[in-house]
Amino acid sequence: MAWNPEARAALELTFMLAGGVVAINAVTGTALAWTLVRDEFPGKRIVNAIIDLPFALPTIVAGLTLLALYGPTGGVGVDVAYTRWGVLMALLFVTLPFVVRTVQPVLLELDREMEEAAASLGAGRFTTFRRIVFPHVLPALLSGVALAFARAIGEFGAVILIAGNLPFKTEVASLYVFEHINSDDPTGASALAVLMLLISLGVLIGIGAVRRWATRHDS
Amino acid sequence: MTARRGIRVFSLGYLAVILVAPVGLIFWRAFEHGLHPFWAAISNPIAVHALKLTVEITLIAVPANTIFGILCALAIVRHRIPGMGLVNAFVDLPLALSPVVVGLALYLLYGREGWFGHWLLGHGIQVLFALPAMVLATTFVSLPFVVREVVPVLREIGTQQEEAAATLGASALTTFRRITLPAIRWAVAYGVVLTTARSLGEFGAVSIVSGGIAGRTQTLTQYVQASYENFDQTGAYAASVLLAALAITTLLAMTVVRRGNRSA
Repeated sequence: MAWNPEARAALELTFMLAGGVVAINAVTGTALAWTLVRDEFPGKRIVNAIIDLPFALPTIVAGLTLLALYGPTGGVGVDVAYTRWGVLMALLFVTLPFVVRTVQPVLLELDREMEEAAASLGAGRFTTFRRIVFPHVLPALLSGVALAFARAIGEFGAVILIAGNLPFKTEVASLYVFEHINSDDPTGASALAVLMLLISLGVLIGIGAVRRWATRHDS
Repeated sequence: MTARRGIRVFSLGYLAVILVAPVGLIFWRAFEHGLHPFWAAISNPIAVHALKLTVEITLIAVPANTIFGILCALAIVRHRIPGMGLVNAFVDLPLALSPVVVGLALYLLYGREGWFGHWLLGHGIQVLFALPAMVLATTFVSLPFVVREVVPVLREIGTQQEEAAATLGASALTTFRRITLPAIRWAVAYGVVLTTARSLGEFGAVSIVSGGIAGRTQTLTQYVQASYENFDQTGAYAASVLLAALAITTLLAMTVVRRGNRSA
Protein backbone atom coordinates (compact mmCIF):
# COMPACT_ATOMS: atom_id res chain seq x y z
CA MET A 1 0.00 0.00 0.00
CA ALA A 2 1.23 3.46 -0.85
CA TRP A 3 0.48 5.14 2.46
CA ASN A 4 3.04 3.35 4.50
CA PRO A 5 4.75 5.05 7.45
CA GLU A 6 7.87 5.78 5.38
CA ALA A 7 5.89 7.75 2.80
CA ARG A 8 4.08 9.65 5.52
CA ALA A 9 7.34 10.48 7.30
CA ALA A 10 8.85 11.71 4.03
CA LEU A 11 5.83 13.89 3.37
CA GLU A 12 5.77 15.36 6.89
CA LEU A 13 9.48 16.16 6.73
CA THR A 14 9.06 17.76 3.29
CA PHE A 15 6.28 20.04 4.52
CA MET A 16 8.18 20.95 7.68
CA LEU A 17 11.31 21.89 5.72
CA ALA A 18 9.31 23.77 3.07
CA GLY A 19 7.63 25.74 5.88
CA GLY A 20 11.04 26.64 7.27
CA VAL A 21 12.24 27.65 3.81
CA VAL A 22 9.23 29.95 3.39
CA ALA A 23 9.72 31.64 6.77
CA ILE A 24 13.48 32.14 6.39
CA ASN A 25 13.25 33.32 2.77
CA ALA A 26 10.50 35.82 3.61
CA VAL A 27 12.90 37.55 6.01
CA THR A 28 16.27 37.13 4.27
CA GLY A 29 14.87 37.66 0.76
CA THR A 30 13.16 40.90 1.74
CA ALA A 31 16.30 42.06 3.58
CA LEU A 32 18.48 41.28 0.55
CA ALA A 33 16.09 43.03 -1.83
CA TRP A 34 16.00 46.04 0.48
CA THR A 35 19.81 46.12 0.71
CA LEU A 36 20.13 45.98 -3.08
CA VAL A 37 17.57 48.74 -3.68
CA ARG A 38 18.01 51.18 -0.81
CA ASP A 39 21.58 50.70 0.34
CA GLU A 40 24.84 51.73 -1.32
CA PHE A 41 28.05 49.79 -0.81
CA PRO A 42 31.06 48.82 -2.89
CA GLY A 43 30.53 45.72 -5.01
CA LYS A 44 26.74 46.07 -5.06
CA ARG A 45 26.49 45.16 -8.74
CA ILE A 46 28.49 41.99 -8.19
CA VAL A 47 26.23 41.02 -5.28
CA ASN A 48 23.22 41.70 -7.49
CA ALA A 49 24.60 39.32 -10.14
CA ILE A 50 25.54 36.64 -7.58
CA ILE A 51 21.91 36.40 -6.38
CA ASP A 52 21.04 34.55 -9.60
CA LEU A 53 23.82 31.98 -9.18
CA PRO A 54 21.50 29.31 -7.68
CA PHE A 55 19.37 29.55 -10.84
CA ALA A 56 22.39 28.95 -13.05
CA LEU A 57 24.33 26.47 -10.92
CA PRO A 58 23.46 22.77 -11.35
CA THR A 59 21.69 21.54 -8.22
CA ILE A 60 24.05 18.61 -7.70
CA VAL A 61 26.93 21.12 -7.58
CA ALA A 62 25.00 23.20 -5.03
CA GLY A 63 24.73 20.19 -2.75
CA LEU A 64 28.38 19.29 -3.21
CA THR A 65 29.58 22.82 -2.39
CA LEU A 66 27.61 22.80 0.88
CA LEU A 67 29.09 19.40 1.76
CA ALA A 68 32.58 20.67 0.94
CA LEU A 69 32.27 23.47 3.50
CA TYR A 70 29.75 22.20 6.05
CA GLY A 71 30.40 18.47 5.68
CA PRO A 72 32.73 16.13 7.56
CA THR A 73 35.90 17.50 5.94
CA GLY A 74 34.85 21.14 5.83
CA GLY A 75 37.01 22.28 8.72
CA VAL A 76 34.58 24.89 10.06
CA GLY A 77 33.53 22.81 13.06
CA VAL A 78 30.12 21.71 11.84
CA ASP A 79 29.02 18.59 10.02
CA VAL A 80 25.55 18.76 8.48
CA ALA A 81 25.98 15.66 6.29
CA TYR A 82 23.05 13.25 6.66
CA THR A 83 21.15 15.67 8.91
CA ARG A 84 17.91 17.59 8.48
CA TRP A 85 19.84 20.83 9.00
CA GLY A 86 21.92 19.94 5.96
CA VAL A 87 18.81 19.33 3.87
CA LEU A 88 17.39 22.67 5.05
CA MET A 89 20.61 24.46 4.02
CA ALA A 90 20.49 22.85 0.57
CA LEU A 91 16.89 24.02 0.14
CA LEU A 92 17.83 27.54 1.28
CA PHE A 93 20.66 27.60 -1.28
CA VAL A 94 18.46 26.75 -4.26
CA THR A 95 15.51 28.98 -3.20
CA LEU A 96 17.58 32.07 -2.35
CA PRO A 97 16.78 34.10 -5.51
CA PHE A 98 12.97 33.74 -5.55
CA VAL A 99 11.90 36.32 -2.95
CA VAL A 100 14.75 38.72 -3.79
CA ARG A 101 13.82 38.72 -7.47
CA THR A 102 10.09 39.20 -6.90
CA VAL A 103 10.38 41.88 -4.17
CA GLN A 104 13.29 43.86 -5.66
CA PRO A 105 11.41 45.35 -8.67
CA VAL A 106 8.47 46.37 -6.46
CA LEU A 107 10.81 48.17 -4.04
CA LEU A 108 12.45 49.92 -7.00
CA GLU A 109 9.08 51.20 -8.23
CA LEU A 110 7.86 52.20 -4.80
CA ASP A 111 7.32 55.93 -4.47
CA ARG A 112 9.53 57.20 -1.66
CA GLU A 113 7.42 60.31 -1.21
CA MET A 114 4.82 58.23 0.61
CA GLU A 115 7.41 57.04 3.09
CA GLU A 116 8.70 60.58 3.54
CA ALA A 117 5.14 61.79 4.08
CA ALA A 118 4.58 59.10 6.70
CA ALA A 119 7.84 60.02 8.41
CA SER A 120 7.00 63.73 8.38
CA LEU A 121 3.63 62.93 9.95
CA GLY A 122 5.52 61.39 12.86
CA ALA A 123 5.55 57.69 11.95
CA GLY A 124 8.58 55.79 13.21
CA ARG A 125 10.74 53.74 10.89
CA PHE A 126 9.02 50.50 11.83
CA THR A 127 5.53 51.97 11.46
CA THR A 128 6.45 53.36 8.03
CA PHE A 129 7.67 49.95 6.96
CA ARG A 130 4.60 48.17 8.35
CA ARG A 131 1.99 50.59 7.00
CA ILE A 132 3.56 51.81 3.73
CA VAL A 133 6.28 49.48 2.42
CA PHE A 134 4.96 46.10 3.57
CA PRO A 135 1.45 46.34 2.03
CA HIS A 136 3.03 47.27 -1.32
CA VAL A 137 5.52 44.42 -1.42
CA LEU A 138 3.13 41.82 0.04
CA PRO A 139 1.80 40.41 -3.27
CA ALA A 140 5.35 40.08 -4.64
CA LEU A 141 6.52 38.55 -1.37
CA LEU A 142 3.68 36.01 -1.52
CA SER A 143 4.56 35.03 -5.11
CA GLY A 144 8.21 34.71 -4.13
CA VAL A 145 7.60 32.48 -1.11
CA ALA A 146 5.11 30.40 -3.10
CA LEU A 147 7.77 29.69 -5.74
CA ALA A 148 10.28 28.90 -3.00
CA PHE A 149 7.73 26.58 -1.36
CA ALA A 150 7.10 24.69 -4.62
CA ARG A 151 10.83 24.39 -5.22
CA ALA A 152 11.44 23.16 -1.66
CA ILE A 153 8.70 20.53 -1.98
CA GLY A 154 10.24 19.10 -5.15
CA GLU A 155 13.99 19.72 -4.87
CA PHE A 156 16.11 16.67 -5.55
CA GLY A 157 19.59 17.35 -6.90
CA ALA A 158 20.76 19.64 -4.12
CA VAL A 159 19.61 17.33 -1.31
CA ILE A 160 20.59 13.87 -2.57
CA LEU A 161 24.24 13.96 -1.48
CA ILE A 162 23.59 15.75 1.84
CA ALA A 163 20.61 13.60 2.80
CA GLY A 164 22.23 10.27 2.04
CA ASN A 165 19.72 7.45 2.01
CA LEU A 166 18.09 7.54 5.43
CA PRO A 167 14.33 6.82 5.47
CA PHE A 168 12.48 8.47 8.39
CA LYS A 169 15.44 10.77 9.06
CA THR A 170 16.44 12.80 6.01
CA GLU A 171 14.30 11.23 3.28
CA VAL A 172 12.19 13.97 1.70
CA ALA A 173 9.42 13.31 -0.83
CA SER A 174 11.63 13.56 -3.95
CA LEU A 175 14.15 11.11 -2.49
CA TYR A 176 11.33 8.72 -1.57
CA VAL A 177 10.08 8.80 -5.18
CA PHE A 178 13.61 8.25 -6.52
CA GLU A 179 14.42 5.39 -4.16
CA HIS A 180 11.12 3.64 -4.88
CA ILE A 181 11.64 3.83 -8.64
CA ASN A 182 15.11 2.37 -8.15
CA SER A 183 13.78 -0.45 -5.99
CA ASP A 184 11.22 -1.27 -8.70
CA ASP A 185 8.17 0.10 -6.90
CA PRO A 186 6.86 2.67 -9.39
CA THR A 187 3.37 2.37 -7.89
CA GLY A 188 4.57 3.54 -4.48
CA ALA A 189 6.58 6.29 -6.13
CA SER A 190 3.57 7.38 -8.18
CA ALA A 191 1.33 7.87 -5.16
CA LEU A 192 3.65 10.47 -3.68
CA ALA A 193 4.50 11.91 -7.11
CA VAL A 194 0.81 12.59 -7.86
CA LEU A 195 0.53 14.46 -4.57
CA MET A 196 3.62 16.52 -5.46
CA LEU A 197 2.10 17.29 -8.87
CA LEU A 198 -1.11 18.50 -7.20
CA ILE A 199 0.88 20.74 -4.84
CA SER A 200 2.75 22.26 -7.81
CA LEU A 201 -0.51 22.93 -9.64
CA GLY A 202 -1.98 24.43 -6.46
CA VAL A 203 0.99 26.77 -6.08
CA LEU A 204 0.73 27.93 -9.71
CA ILE A 205 -3.01 28.58 -9.31
CA GLY A 206 -2.28 30.41 -6.05
CA ILE A 207 0.36 32.63 -7.70
CA GLY A 208 -2.08 33.41 -10.52
CA ALA A 209 -4.71 34.41 -7.95
CA VAL A 210 -2.23 36.64 -6.06
CA ARG A 211 -1.25 38.31 -9.35
CA ARG A 212 -4.89 39.04 -10.24
CA TRP A 213 -5.53 40.34 -6.73
CA ALA A 214 -2.46 42.59 -6.88
CA THR A 215 -3.36 44.10 -10.26
CA ARG A 216 -6.91 44.78 -9.09
CA HIS A 217 -5.36 46.51 -6.09
CA ASP A 218 -3.48 48.86 -8.43
CA SER A 219 -6.39 50.10 -10.51
CA MET B 1 21.89 54.67 9.60
CA THR B 2 22.59 51.91 12.10
CA ALA B 3 19.42 50.05 11.08
CA ARG B 4 20.50 50.22 7.47
CA ARG B 5 23.95 48.87 8.33
CA GLY B 6 22.35 46.11 10.41
CA ILE B 7 20.19 44.97 7.51
CA ARG B 8 23.19 45.12 5.18
CA VAL B 9 25.37 42.99 7.48
CA PHE B 10 22.52 40.53 8.03
CA SER B 11 21.58 40.07 4.39
CA LEU B 12 25.12 39.98 2.99
CA GLY B 13 26.20 37.67 5.81
CA TYR B 14 23.39 35.27 4.91
CA LEU B 15 24.45 35.38 1.26
CA ALA B 16 28.05 34.64 2.23
CA VAL B 17 27.19 31.69 4.49
CA ILE B 18 24.67 30.01 2.17
CA LEU B 19 26.14 30.80 -1.24
CA VAL B 20 29.48 32.56 -1.62
CA ALA B 21 31.64 30.63 0.85
CA PRO B 22 30.58 27.11 -0.27
CA VAL B 23 30.92 27.91 -3.99
CA GLY B 24 34.26 29.65 -3.40
CA LEU B 25 35.54 26.66 -1.47
CA ILE B 26 35.04 24.11 -4.24
CA PHE B 27 37.12 26.26 -6.59
CA TRP B 28 39.87 26.28 -3.98
CA ARG B 29 39.50 22.52 -3.38
CA ALA B 30 39.69 21.76 -7.09
CA PHE B 31 42.90 23.75 -7.56
CA GLU B 32 44.58 23.45 -4.14
CA HIS B 33 47.17 20.99 -5.48
CA GLY B 34 47.66 22.92 -8.69
CA LEU B 35 46.27 22.52 -12.15
CA HIS B 36 47.53 19.01 -12.78
CA PRO B 37 45.10 16.96 -10.61
CA PHE B 38 42.24 19.05 -11.93
CA TRP B 39 43.25 18.40 -15.51
CA ALA B 40 43.84 14.69 -14.88
CA ALA B 41 40.39 14.35 -13.31
CA ILE B 42 38.59 16.24 -16.03
CA SER B 43 40.33 14.55 -18.95
CA ASN B 44 39.65 10.95 -17.97
CA PRO B 45 37.57 9.22 -20.67
CA ILE B 46 34.45 8.80 -18.52
CA ALA B 47 34.36 12.49 -17.59
CA VAL B 48 34.97 13.50 -21.20
CA HIS B 49 32.16 11.21 -22.38
CA ALA B 50 29.83 12.67 -19.73
CA LEU B 51 30.66 16.20 -20.87
CA LYS B 52 30.10 15.31 -24.52
CA LEU B 53 26.75 13.69 -23.72
CA THR B 54 25.63 16.73 -21.72
CA VAL B 55 26.59 19.06 -24.59
CA GLU B 56 24.85 16.79 -27.11
CA ILE B 57 21.60 16.81 -25.12
CA THR B 58 21.81 20.58 -24.66
CA LEU B 59 22.34 21.11 -28.40
CA ILE B 60 19.09 19.29 -29.09
CA ALA B 61 17.00 20.69 -26.22
CA VAL B 62 17.91 24.37 -26.61
CA PRO B 63 17.04 24.83 -30.32
CA ALA B 64 13.86 22.77 -29.85
CA ASN B 65 12.74 24.92 -26.93
CA THR B 66 13.72 28.15 -28.69
CA ILE B 67 11.56 27.39 -31.75
CA PHE B 68 8.74 26.03 -29.61
CA GLY B 69 9.05 28.98 -27.23
CA ILE B 70 8.71 31.63 -29.93
CA LEU B 71 5.81 29.84 -31.65
CA CYS B 72 4.08 29.22 -28.33
CA ALA B 73 4.46 32.86 -27.25
CA LEU B 74 3.06 34.03 -30.61
CA ALA B 75 0.14 31.64 -30.25
CA ILE B 76 -0.58 32.83 -26.71
CA VAL B 77 -0.32 36.58 -27.35
CA ARG B 78 -1.21 37.11 -31.02
CA HIS B 79 -3.52 34.44 -32.22
CA ARG B 80 -6.00 33.77 -29.43
CA ILE B 81 -6.18 30.12 -30.40
CA PRO B 82 -8.81 28.41 -28.24
CA GLY B 83 -7.21 26.67 -25.29
CA MET B 84 -4.07 28.81 -25.34
CA GLY B 85 -5.08 30.34 -22.00
CA LEU B 86 -4.74 26.88 -20.54
CA VAL B 87 -1.41 26.39 -22.30
CA ASN B 88 -0.25 29.72 -20.88
CA ALA B 89 -1.05 28.48 -17.38
CA PHE B 90 0.55 25.08 -17.89
CA VAL B 91 3.72 26.30 -19.54
CA ASP B 92 5.03 27.36 -16.11
CA LEU B 93 4.50 23.90 -14.67
CA PRO B 94 8.08 22.65 -15.17
CA LEU B 95 9.25 25.53 -12.96
CA ALA B 96 7.08 24.43 -10.05
CA LEU B 97 7.25 20.69 -10.58
CA SER B 98 9.80 18.36 -9.06
CA PRO B 99 12.22 16.88 -11.62
CA VAL B 100 11.67 13.42 -10.09
CA VAL B 101 7.97 13.67 -10.98
CA VAL B 102 8.93 14.52 -14.57
CA GLY B 103 11.35 11.61 -14.59
CA LEU B 104 8.75 9.23 -13.19
CA ALA B 105 6.17 10.30 -15.78
CA LEU B 106 8.61 9.55 -18.61
CA TYR B 107 9.61 6.31 -16.91
CA LEU B 108 5.98 5.19 -16.79
CA LEU B 109 5.23 6.27 -20.39
CA TYR B 110 8.32 4.87 -22.07
CA GLY B 111 9.11 1.88 -19.88
CA ARG B 112 8.58 -1.68 -21.07
CA GLU B 113 5.03 -1.70 -19.68
CA GLY B 114 4.32 1.94 -20.58
CA TRP B 115 1.72 3.30 -23.01
CA PHE B 116 4.30 4.38 -25.58
CA GLY B 117 7.22 2.25 -24.47
CA HIS B 118 5.50 -1.05 -25.17
CA TRP B 119 4.76 -0.09 -28.78
CA LEU B 120 8.13 1.60 -29.38
CA LEU B 121 10.10 -1.34 -27.99
CA GLY B 122 8.02 -3.64 -30.18
CA HIS B 123 9.34 -1.65 -33.14
CA GLY B 124 12.89 -1.81 -31.88
CA ILE B 125 13.08 1.76 -30.57
CA GLN B 126 14.72 2.10 -27.17
CA VAL B 127 13.72 5.36 -25.48
CA LEU B 128 14.13 4.74 -21.76
CA PHE B 129 17.72 4.38 -20.50
CA ALA B 130 18.92 5.89 -23.77
CA LEU B 131 19.50 9.30 -25.36
CA PRO B 132 15.86 9.94 -26.44
CA ALA B 133 14.52 9.83 -22.88
CA MET B 134 17.35 12.02 -21.61
CA VAL B 135 16.59 14.58 -24.33
CA LEU B 136 12.86 14.45 -23.52
CA ALA B 137 13.52 14.96 -19.79
CA THR B 138 15.88 17.88 -20.40
CA THR B 139 13.53 19.50 -22.93
CA PHE B 140 10.63 19.22 -20.49
CA VAL B 141 12.39 20.88 -17.55
CA SER B 142 13.84 23.71 -19.67
CA LEU B 143 10.64 24.34 -21.62
CA PRO B 144 9.25 27.52 -19.99
CA PHE B 145 12.20 29.92 -20.22
CA VAL B 146 11.92 31.25 -23.80
CA VAL B 147 8.10 31.42 -23.61
CA ARG B 148 8.18 33.33 -20.33
CA GLU B 149 10.68 35.90 -21.61
CA VAL B 150 9.01 36.46 -24.97
CA VAL B 151 5.33 36.65 -23.90
CA PRO B 152 5.58 39.94 -21.92
CA VAL B 153 7.65 41.61 -24.67
CA LEU B 154 5.11 40.62 -27.33
CA ARG B 155 2.34 42.05 -25.15
CA GLU B 156 4.27 45.28 -24.63
CA ILE B 157 5.20 46.02 -28.25
CA GLY B 158 1.57 45.71 -29.35
CA THR B 159 0.41 45.02 -32.90
CA GLN B 160 0.54 48.48 -34.54
CA GLN B 161 3.85 48.01 -36.34
CA GLU B 162 2.95 44.51 -37.44
CA GLU B 163 -0.39 45.75 -38.77
CA ALA B 164 1.31 48.62 -40.58
CA ALA B 165 3.70 46.18 -42.24
CA ALA B 166 0.82 43.95 -43.27
CA THR B 167 -1.07 46.97 -44.68
CA LEU B 168 1.97 47.85 -46.75
CA GLY B 169 1.82 44.40 -48.29
CA ALA B 170 4.35 42.43 -46.23
CA SER B 171 3.66 38.73 -45.94
CA ALA B 172 3.27 37.12 -42.53
CA LEU B 173 6.78 35.73 -42.73
CA THR B 174 8.32 39.07 -43.76
CA THR B 175 6.43 40.84 -40.96
CA PHE B 176 7.76 38.33 -38.47
CA ARG B 177 11.32 38.55 -39.80
CA ARG B 178 11.49 42.34 -40.15
CA ILE B 179 9.25 43.58 -37.32
CA THR B 180 8.52 40.99 -34.65
CA LEU B 181 11.85 39.17 -34.46
CA PRO B 182 14.01 42.29 -34.02
CA ALA B 183 11.68 43.45 -31.25
CA ILE B 184 11.84 40.20 -29.30
CA ARG B 185 15.48 39.32 -29.98
CA TRP B 186 16.82 40.26 -26.55
CA ALA B 187 14.03 38.39 -24.82
CA VAL B 188 14.81 35.34 -26.97
CA ALA B 189 18.51 35.66 -26.18
CA TYR B 190 17.78 35.86 -22.45
CA GLY B 191 15.50 32.85 -22.68
CA VAL B 192 18.13 30.87 -24.61
CA VAL B 193 20.77 31.62 -21.95
CA LEU B 194 18.44 30.40 -19.19
CA THR B 195 17.42 27.31 -21.21
CA THR B 196 21.07 26.44 -21.81
CA ALA B 197 21.98 26.76 -18.13
CA ARG B 198 19.03 24.62 -17.10
CA SER B 199 19.85 21.96 -19.71
CA LEU B 200 23.53 21.73 -18.79
CA GLY B 201 22.65 21.39 -15.12
CA GLU B 202 19.68 19.04 -15.33
CA PHE B 203 20.02 16.16 -12.92
CA GLY B 204 16.85 14.81 -11.30
CA ALA B 205 14.65 13.90 -14.26
CA VAL B 206 17.61 12.64 -16.27
CA SER B 207 18.93 10.46 -13.47
CA ILE B 208 15.61 8.58 -13.38
CA VAL B 209 15.38 7.93 -17.13
CA SER B 210 19.05 7.52 -18.07
CA GLY B 211 20.20 4.55 -16.04
CA GLY B 212 23.42 6.52 -15.46
CA ILE B 213 25.84 3.97 -16.89
CA ALA B 214 29.35 5.43 -16.77
CA GLY B 215 30.73 6.04 -20.25
CA ARG B 216 27.35 5.45 -21.86
CA THR B 217 24.32 7.24 -20.38
CA GLN B 218 25.99 9.34 -17.70
CA THR B 219 25.76 13.13 -17.97
CA LEU B 220 28.22 15.49 -16.32
CA THR B 221 25.94 16.17 -13.34
CA GLN B 222 25.51 12.42 -12.85
CA TYR B 223 29.28 12.06 -13.08
CA VAL B 224 29.59 14.49 -10.14
CA GLN B 225 27.23 12.37 -8.06
CA ALA B 226 28.84 9.04 -9.03
CA SER B 227 32.36 10.35 -8.33
CA TYR B 228 31.36 11.70 -4.93
CA GLU B 229 29.62 8.47 -3.95
CA ASN B 230 32.66 6.45 -5.10
CA PHE B 231 34.90 8.55 -2.83
CA ASP B 232 36.59 10.19 -5.81
CA GLN B 233 36.40 13.71 -4.38
CA THR B 234 38.95 15.14 -6.82
CA GLY B 235 36.84 13.97 -9.75
CA ALA B 236 33.64 15.31 -8.19
CA TYR B 237 35.20 18.70 -7.41
CA ALA B 238 36.81 19.00 -10.84
CA ALA B 239 33.56 18.28 -12.72
CA SER B 240 31.69 20.60 -10.31
CA VAL B 241 34.12 23.42 -10.97
CA LEU B 242 33.63 22.95 -14.70
CA LEU B 243 29.83 23.14 -14.25
CA ALA B 244 30.15 26.11 -11.88
CA ALA B 245 32.35 27.92 -14.42
CA LEU B 246 29.63 27.35 -17.02
CA ALA B 247 27.06 28.75 -14.56
CA ILE B 248 29.16 31.85 -13.93
CA THR B 249 29.54 32.30 -17.69
CA THR B 250 25.74 32.13 -17.85
CA LEU B 251 25.47 34.90 -15.25
CA LEU B 252 27.85 37.09 -17.26
CA ALA B 253 25.86 36.40 -20.42
CA MET B 254 22.65 37.35 -18.58
CA THR B 255 24.20 40.65 -17.50
CA VAL B 256 25.38 41.39 -21.03
CA VAL B 257 21.98 40.54 -22.52
CA ARG B 258 20.20 42.67 -19.93
CA ARG B 259 22.45 45.59 -20.76
CA GLY B 260 21.89 45.07 -24.50
CA ASN B 261 18.17 45.02 -23.85
CA ARG B 262 18.33 48.31 -22.00
CA SER B 263 20.24 50.07 -24.79
CA ALA B 264 18.00 48.65 -27.51
